[in-house]
Amino acid sequence: MSFSEQIVPSSMSTEQLPLWKQEGAEPFLRIENVTKNFGDFKAVDNISLDIYKKELFCLLGGSGSGKSTLLRMLAGFETPTSGRILIDGVDMAGIQPWERPVNMMFQSYALFPHLSVADNVAFGLKREGVAKAEIKQRVEEMLGMVQLGHLGKRKPHQLSGGQRQRVALARALIKRPKLLLLDEPLGALDKKLREETQFELINIQEELGVTFVVVTHDQEEAMTLATRIGVMNQGIIVQTDEPHDVYEYPNSKFVADFIGSVNMFEGKVIQDEPDSVQIDSKEAGTTLFVNHGISCAPDQIVNVAIRPEKIRITKKEPEKGVNCIQGIIEEIAYMGSLSVFRVRLASGKEVRVTQPNFTRSMGDRYTWNDAVFLHWDEDSSVVLTS
Amino acid sequence: MSMSLGSAVMDRMAAKLQKYNFVKKVNWGRAVVAGIPAFWLGLFFFVPFLVVFKISLTEAAIAIPPYSELLDWDLEEAYISIKINLGNYLFLFEDDFYLDAYLSSVKIAVLSTFFTLLVAFPIAYAIAKSDGSTRVLLLALVILPFWTSFLLRVYAWMEFLKKNGIVNEFLLTIGIIDEPLIMLQTDFAVYIGIVYTYLPFMVLPLYSALEKMDGTLLEAAQDLGSKPTQSFFLVTLPLAMPGVIAGCVLVFIPAVGEFVIPALLGGADTLMIGRVLWDEFFLNRDWPMASAVAIVMLVVLVLPIMLIRNSQGKGEAV
Amino acid sequence: MQTKSRFLTVTAGLGYLFLYAPIFSLIIYSFNKSKLVTVWGGWSLKWYSELFENEQIINAALLSLKIAFISATLAVVLGTMAGFVLSRFGPFKGKMILSGWVTAPLVMPEVITGLSLLLLFVAMEGLFGWPSGRGTLTIIIAHTTFCLAYVAVIVQSRLASMDETLEEAAMDLGAKPGSLFFLVTLPLIMPAIISGWLLSFTLSLDDLVIASFVSGPGNSTLPMVIFSKVRLGVTPEVNALATLMILVVAIGVIGAVYQMRRQATLTVKLDDK
Repeated sequence: MSFSEQIVPSSMSTEQLPLWKQEGAEPFLRIENVTKNFGDFKAVDNISLDIYKKELFCLLGGSGSGKSTLLRMLAGFETPTSGRILIDGVDMAGIQPWERPVNMMFQSYALFPHLSVADNVAFGLKREGVAKAEIKQRVEEMLGMVQLGHLGKRKPHQLSGGQRQRVALARALIKRPKLLLLDEPLGALDKKLREETQFELINIQEELGVTFVVVTHDQEEAMTLATRIGVMNQGIIVQTDEPHDVYEYPNSKFVADFIGSVNMFEGKVIQDEPDSVQIDSKEAGTTLFVNHGISCAPDQIVNVAIRPEKIRITKKEPEKGVNCIQGIIEEIAYMGSLSVFRVRLASGKEVRVTQPNFTRSMGDRYTWNDAVFLHWDEDSSVVLTS
Repeated sequence: MSMSLGSAVMDRMAAKLQKYNFVKKVNWGRAVVAGIPAFWLGLFFFVPFLVVFKISLTEAAIAIPPYSELLDWDLEEAYISIKINLGNYLFLFEDDFYLDAYLSSVKIAVLSTFFTLLVAFPIAYAIAKSDGSTRVLLLALVILPFWTSFLLRVYAWMEFLKKNGIVNEFLLTIGIIDEPLIMLQTDFAVYIGIVYTYLPFMVLPLYSALEKMDGTLLEAAQDLGSKPTQSFFLVTLPLAMPGVIAGCVLVFIPAVGEFVIPALLGGADTLMIGRVLWDEFFLNRDWPMASAVAIVMLVVLVLPIMLIRNSQGKGEAV
Repeated sequence: MQTKSRFLTVTAGLGYLFLYAPIFSLIIYSFNKSKLVTVWGGWSLKWYSELFENEQIINAALLSLKIAFISATLAVVLGTMAGFVLSRFGPFKGKMILSGWVTAPLVMPEVITGLSLLLLFVAMEGLFGWPSGRGTLTIIIAHTTFCLAYVAVIVQSRLASMDETLEEAAMDLGAKPGSLFFLVTLPLIMPAIISGWLLSFTLSLDDLVIASFVSGPGNSTLPMVIFSKVRLGVTPEVNALATLMILVVAIGVIGAVYQMRRQATLTVKLDDK
């Protein structure tokens, strides 16, 4: 504590560096070269990952990416084909699900239909042999925390979806696990409820200081919840970063494409300096400037990725002629808060541009077949080499 | 190719098994839980067939129990003799009576299964089309007789169909017939008895198939130009097919080995194999012959049914 | 559409008439004073009192109830074990055989089951001296064996349709396999076990063929007594017996339906809130 205070600049001294950025910090959950095969199919392929105390880590990926299998290995329902899982320094090999300091919130919630809400929540404590009075008190506390204090006597089927979700959370948290695993925790809720619950979940996590590992296929959910996101594809973790970095600095075409939408221009590196790159792109029809360096062979074929919201659209040619391309509006979709344009370039490439609707008449300014200029700043785009 | 596919399947099964590795630790517990019912079924279901097979190879004898010994030995004289008698089986094939009985059982079972389907379909369809409490009531009315004594239901038909029974009285009163019809102790009564007894077995699978059917499918068929009757044959019936097959299997199986219904409702000439076996055992006291009839029945009738059921089960799983 | 639904109503109605006409005539004639079933001699409870004075029927009924109760209970214990093993133990050596033994009794003609069990009992008595003679014990063993199969199939299908994550959740919360079964699995399959018990009880109470093979002298079950009476001819007290049995079953079924509907409306009301 005092050590870190000395080395960080004074402006950062109140906010400590997150653990994953500290050299030599001890991970709470360590996944070491874990592989899981189902026959010939590699569900999880040699994954290594460190997760730190009090993190809210999201495993993000499509179906079949291996994220659920990884989660089930942490819970103990699947055994790794090879590799090790350490929780708080203890190797989990051979430790049965009921012996692990881990609890799970299931995607289907898996509430016991024959038990009342209170009995569902008390289930784990009863298995531990906790005294009756304490169980009663802790269940009340926990139900109070998830705002279900008045529904303890109900059966699960008499609850709404949102209430069930909170019972499942309470039941998983009551044993004060070191690690809570959440499988698509908000997947079964409708959109509005999902947004509210996201923040509730973050509050609870911060209040209790439990480490969360969340599996989700919903990128928005991951962005809102996570301290860090691990993007998974075909059994491997493609990128592990904070949400902002995953979005702004994707390390591959897959991540750029999977999270949000993106335009990509293929091109050849013509100049590569430590702090800038120039790429000649036939697709864009011009030379693109990016203000970060990459280390690659000269003439390498790369992709320049630019998010639709970072492109500006104008009818007049902008004064600064960098990263400026011309095209014709092919389609406009008015979506209320913003408008989406599909612009066709001379090369035939289609570019997606979104513009917030600052004014009510914003959408009317452009129409089909308008010739427009698209341009963006040098620091808005990213070069992807893989 | 098929080899690697096979091994992939095996691996996947092994992987699936690993999921349950938590039980490996309590292996002896598993063994006990699986062993008790397995022991019971092995002793009281499987071994008896071996005994039946053994006795089918002996000769009837006036003894207790009334059959000859298969094995005879005398240790002092180092003498063992095995006496296998194939006579029972030979007799089964020589005497047309047994063949006729097998064929007639199948015929009666097939026809009555078909009649059951005819009676059951409108009932199942009406239940599926009704809703709420009506549906519960109609279903309960179909299931209710099933919980009452089967024997008494057959008896009810004896009273109903006999020469001075209600049906005859009714028909005489309204003048359709001049003298009572002989219905009891005919094949006709056997058909009625089977249809009546096994009707719920047909209605329930039909109902569950029809109930799953999306009502808009019929509307779509009509929208596309098919008349109600056509939609029935083109949409409803094909979709109800799994229910039809399941129901037919459920009715055919008990019908083909039936004893009580032909014994009470059938005539002396109503030949069914179950009844032949019964008479062979109780009237003729020929245990070896009864055993041979049972073994042939098992091989010719029961095994095919089990194979069909197995393949059906696999079809559903896919 | 109209004509079709009228056709449906008529045919379905005839179907229900077919189901209930014999039952109703049985009930009505059980109150007939006259011994001749078709001649109406006025209302009377004569056959009911004769039924209760008929010691043979009463004893057989008591024996049948006893056998049915014991067999159904044994079958539920063994059948639940078998169903659980088949659906939750994953693949193991001999699973195919056990699965075959469990389903085969369902398709086995009763005459074969009865004959084979009798021959087994005779052979066992010859070899080990047990079971000595045939009677209540052998009937119970036989009924347990074929009812076991029904219970196992019901339990197995209930387990197959049950969400396995419920059991995983229990494990996750610290329940070991043993307590897991009694705390989560058993309560959840209870409806299947109860219907398995009721079905077994009914099947045992109803069985004529198997009991005829494996019973000994002086151990006539109710179906055996009814069968011999019915074969001999006019038996008005059997009408009375049938009426009573139908009454009991009807009350049971109506009660079950009422309970189901009450639960359904209860759920609906709570959902509305």
